[in-house]
Amino acid sequence: MDVTKYTIKQISVFSENKPGRLAAIAGALEDEGINILAFSIAEANGFGVVRALVDRPDAAYKKLNAMGFMVSFTDVIAVKMRDVPGGLFEMARILSEAEINIEYSYAYSGREAAVLILRVDRVDAAVEKILARGGTLLSADEFS
Amino acid sequence: MITWDPNMEMMPEAELKKMQFKLLKMLVYRLYSFSNFYHERMDAHGVHPDDITRLEDVVKLPFMVKSDLRDNYPDKIFTATPEELVRYHVSSGTTGKPTVVGYTKNDLDNWTESLARALTSCGVGRGDVVQVAYGYGLFTGGLGLHYGAERIGATVVPASVGNTERQLELMQDLRVTAICCTPSYLAHIGETAKKLGISIKNDTRLRTAILGAEPWSDQMRQRIEEEMGIKAYNIYGTSELSGPMFTECKEQDGIHMWSDLAFVEIIDPETSQPVPDGEDGEMVVTILQKEALPIIRYRTGDITSMNVSPCPCGRTHPRIARLSGRVDDMLIIRGINVFPSQVEHTLLSIPEVSGYFMIEVDRIGALDNMLVKVELNPEAFSDKINDILDIRRKVGHTLKNMLNVSVDVEISEPGSLPRFEGKAKRVIDRRVL
Ligand SMILES: [Zn+2]
Repeated sequence: MDVTKYTIKQISVFSENKPGRLAAIAGALEDEGINILAFSIAEANGFGVVRALVDRPDAAYKKLNAMGFMVSFTDVIAVKMRDVPGGLFEMARILSEAEINIEYSYAYSGREAAVLILRVDRVDAAVEKILARGGTLLSADEFS
Repeated sequence: MITWDPNMEMMPEAELKKMQFKLLKMLVYRLYSFSNFYHERMDAHGVHPDDITRLEDVVKLPFMVKSDLRDNYPDKIFTATPEELVRYHVSSGTTGKPTVVGYTKNDLDNWTESLARALTSCGVGRGDVVQVAYGYGLFTGGLGLHYGAERIGATVVPASVGNTERQLELMQDLRVTAICCTPSYLAHIGETAKKLGISIKNDTRLRTAILGAEPWSDQMRQRIEEEMGIKAYNIYGTSELSGPMFTECKEQDGIHMWSDLAFVEIIDPETSQPVPDGEDGEMVVTILQKEALPIIRYRTGDITSMNVSPCPCGRTHPRIARLSGRVDDMLIIRGINVFPSQVEHTLLSIPEVSGYFMIEVDRIGALDNMLVKVELNPEAFSDKINDILDIRRKVGHTLKNMLNVSVDVEISEPGSLPRFEGKAKRVIDRRVL
């Protein structure tokens, strides 16, 4: 099975918690005509990490890097959530039974259903397990 | 191992101390009798030469500071007659009047002897060709090393500073094996060589550099040594002490301070009390055999630590560590002395952050609060918050271990902290005292 099909390139940007930093990131992507499909901010005292799925990750990386931001790519997977109660719990159980750790997750509302973005420690195994248990993964194509 | 004066350099420590005491006693008696300046100073301080009954009594004597020399411009505190003087050196003061140092024949002889031992300890000797690329003239570097190198039978190329292409030509044509200059000038020579297509490693016979007269780091040493295929040694001295006098030996682990010439103390600059061996403090030097311009308990303003453990080279004279800063830069945080240079050295040992930093000090309630802003290295960037928090904790712990004071750490974006040309202003102290 080709798991790379389901491996999505997320960009992560380090940001000091200073006014205007977030706006600068969003504004720069907009200027380049890059669409932000999903977006999350993880904050700690003093700094934060912006994680985003965009339609052109390479262009976004180049632009933000040129602006002096610290940027990296991270492989994540996107699970289409069944619109029933307990969907999130079920996903967590599938992964924990396979001893796959979720490093972090965030959700956004997709066109048809809620989508859960997951960073896991073993992407290949996670893709296999989720598909084997009847889950639906969005493919990378759907983000570009 | 080759030593210049084996009896002196390897003299047992107890004998060295005995000798130091004898020299100190003679010095104090002489000055009390023949120097108005010292006589008045000692009277005002309530100390008489008879109070000096053992080496440790040196602490009873008053300190000397740079302004003592400036205030007595040009030669009011000289203790030699004009006829006895054989040379002057003058250091330009950044503020106010310059400092004038006079030398008798014996003064020059001791200075040269000090450098003869030092250069020998760096493996330089007869058969070596030494390019002296320190300034010749009123500055002590050029002439000091010139005579030191001549004394050990090396061949001297008195190149002085400047005309870097010519320096390289001389280095190649005269088969130079050792160079004495500032570390930044050697780096500049290296750059120039590269531009001219000359490899110092392959196209010259250079194998030793004796570098000083400005701050530099072990990182810089490593870079120079690797790039040029040489060994680089640290040299110390200031014009007040005579000039450059002391260097590291081949162990490259501290500068041997010849005990028969210099008595070294390391003190807490705030309390003036001695600090334990190995701990950072201000270096205070007494030059035991100076005739024209005696120097007793001179506060150098240089921060270093003393190492009295035996050196593998066999020399028994104590060693001082590479200077880690100036007293003027010192901060007192909750009663603990902190030097920005300590912060810098600590950060350079942590691969996840760059060497750039800012220190911000505030007083919160009655407590001092020190914040160190560091830059994350892009290679260390993880999009997991916990990884960055771990780095922040690591930086905090390491700084606490080094400084003995806990600090807050802020992780900044790479390239976001100020870069300084020349003297860095890395401290913002907002305390209202
Ligand atoms: Zn040694």
